[in-house]
Amino acid sequence: MNLVRFGLDGLRAMASGGAAYWRWLGALAAVVAAGLFAYAGQLQQGMVVTGMSDQVSWGFYIANFAFLVGIAAAAVLLVIPAYLFHRGDVKQVVIFGEALAVAAVVAAMLFVTVDIGRPERIWHMLPVVGRFNWPLSMLAWDVVVLVGYLLLNLGLPAYVLHARWRGEEPVTARYFPVVIVAIFWAVSIHTVTAFLFSANAGRPLWHSALLAPRFIASAFASGPALIIVALLALRRWGGLAVKQTVIDLLAVVMTVALQISLFFVGVELFTDFYNETTHAASMRYLFFGLAGAGKLQPWIWTALALNVVAVVILSIHPLRRTPRLLVLACGLVFLGIWIEKGMGLVVPGYIPTPLGEIFEYAPTWREWLVSAGIWACGALVFTLLAKAALAIETGRARARPAADLKAS
Amino acid sequence: MSRQPDSDPPDRDGQGFNTFRRRFLAGVATAGGAVVTAHATGAWGGQTLQDAMGSLLQDHYQRMTKDEIHAALERIERNARRRYGVDARCEDLPPLPNTVFGYALNISKCKGYRDCVEACVKENNLGRDSQMQYIRVLQMPDGTMDLEKAEHYYDAKQVPVPGHWYLPVQCMQCDNPPCVKACPTKATWKEPDGIVVVDYDWCIGCRYCMTACPYWARHFNWTEPQIPAAEFNPNLNYLGNRPRPKGVVEKCHFCSQRARKGRQPACQEACPTGARVFGNLLDPKSEIRWVLENKNVFRLKEDLGTEPKFWYFSDDRVSRA
Ligand code: SF4
Ligand code: SF4
Repeated sequence: MNLVRFGLDGLRAMASGGAAYWRWLGALAAVVAAGLFAYAGQLQQGMVVTGMSDQVSWGFYIANFAFLVGIAAAAVLLVIPAYLFHRGDVKQVVIFGEALAVAAVVAAMLFVTVDIGRPERIWHMLPVVGRFNWPLSMLAWDVVVLVGYLLLNLGLPAYVLHARWRGEEPVTARYFPVVIVAIFWAVSIHTVTAFLFSANAGRPLWHSALLAPRFIASAFASGPALIIVALLALRRWGGLAVKQTVIDLLAVVMTVALQISLFFVGVELFTDFYNETTHAASMRYLFFGLAGAGKLQPWIWTALALNVVAVVILSIHPLRRTPRLLVLACGLVFLGIWIEKGMGLVVPGYIPTPLGEIFEYAPTWREWLVSAGIWACGALVFTLLAKAALAIETGRARARPAADLKAS
Repeated sequence: MSRQPDSDPPDRDGQGFNTFRRRFLAGVATAGGAVVTAHATGAWGGQTLQDAMGSLLQDHYQRMTKDEIHAALERIERNARRRYGVDARCEDLPPLPNTVFGYALNISKCKGYRDCVEACVKENNLGRDSQMQYIRVLQMPDGTMDLEKAEHYYDAKQVPVPGHWYLPVQCMQCDNPPCVKACPTKATWKEPDGIVVVDYDWCIGCRYCMTACPYWARHFNWTEPQIPAAEFNPNLNYLGNRPRPKGVVEKCHFCSQRARKGRQPACQEACPTGARVFGNLLDPKSEIRWVLENKNVFRLKEDLGTEPKFWYFSDDRVSRA
């Protein structure tokens, strides 16, 4: 009964808002609808409508997937200071980080779904009913960790919010073990996603022990970038009291992570190019082009430029502390890592093919539209979750005491 | 129907669901199946509702009962008749006892004619529009093994081009296949005779196996495969050359519809130079065993630990005394 009313209160909060709120929801819904339309065409005609081929068999969808898993993992950067170090300022906003993680995982899962040739058979991946190739297949591992992470990030905030809604303080002893699990789990989702790629001995670009650390470093740069922007937006339009100390903390984490991430890129470039072997072919293709083909060069050089400008802004303290410049840096990091980890990693892994063929890939308009729809879907999930959480956090939604109920 | 599975599949997972599935299918079959059959041929991708439901809810091959496999085979035959107007016969050929198939290829005889490729396309009912081919013949400059120097799209009418040698590559039926490890649904596996097969009704089309294969031997149906009715090969094997739907992965299976009947694969028969040797690795008197014991053989990318069951050799002694 209690839980039902809690849920209803949440829904009511999601459905109440000013004109700007509804315009925002409407815009997102329109993009989702466009994505659905594009996806319907893909279902009907087959995946031939994408730019993918036998040569480059994963493209834009999986690129976005890999990036979004990183965003989801980065929520841990709020969870650790809030629950482990009991920083009050972070504790106030940690729930919004978790909402962001939920939205990112949902979007990541959607990206995998649209990348599948026979989505109606996806139940084959379920344990018992289907045949789940666990623990052998890294893709099966990814399903396990992503579903688990989704549940953790729904359960933990739900418990905390429910307590607040009832006007109580959440009991630390009850949720603390879950927090510890969630922290390790966050790292695991991105590590497993890196293993998905590095497990392939036949793809030299990915077959590197550095891939998982690189994934984590870049996630801890791009994740805070998005969290900062989201928190600032919530402060501006949602009336959420975000302390500047939280923003500063995230900005520092982002700075260090970006520095490490760029260092890792340099390490790989050195190893591949100082004594260039055939193993460096994908790298050469990516950065300089190979045998007259080089469609990815503009992508990767843009990514590198964005990241370098961002790291300069972030590393100079007065610049980082200027709000406008910080937001600009966040945008640069977000875009830069999105390219580097997506088009700059997934696609060149397929070029050249294991038989040495160079076959280029570029996403089609349909892939762009489907992807935009999924991103909008993620934004929608975040908006709705944040709206409900906001209502409870600010005390607008509260369980009414029993006496109160009788009186009304 | 040649395979005789145990009366009940050994894997007892998902029993409740299985019961539900069977009841549901029986329900669709009886609930006015005739009416639906008459009207719905256009919808459901040219199948009856009953057949469409049948393949949608079909279990994994290794878990199907005798009856279910039988129903699936009949479904395939019905669809072949409906789509291509061909009376096809689909069997479920079991692996032969005491047999592990292997292949060897004489690179000094191969001249790059690509007759193997064409024979394979016809024998295995490969999509013609998509130009899918299981075998890729690489034209390599003399004196190199660097695959990145290979020419994939040379003109087969001009061969042999002076100063080049030819390297045909197809599925190596790895003994330690990374593609099988990768598959999240166990839709692909290694059979007792060493052939790596795909259950086309179970594959979800995630293409992770293609990413994992170091020999580029797996191919995806990006669109509905088109086969000219006149060229349709009606001798089908369930895990072999039966028509595949769109959105799933397929690959070379050593012509299981032939090999498991004691015949040679289509590529072997088609080769004009006799470069190809196929046979049972467990038979000490087989030609392939003779080649492995008496020739200098090598395998592609052996360092990856995939243990290919496909060897290359040449007539020249590698080390001239
Ligand atoms: S060659 Fe590729 S498809 Fe064939 S068994 Fe080996 S890994 Fe699998
Ligand atoms: S494409 Fe099919 S066979 Fe390949 S890994 Fe995915 S489900 Fe398995």
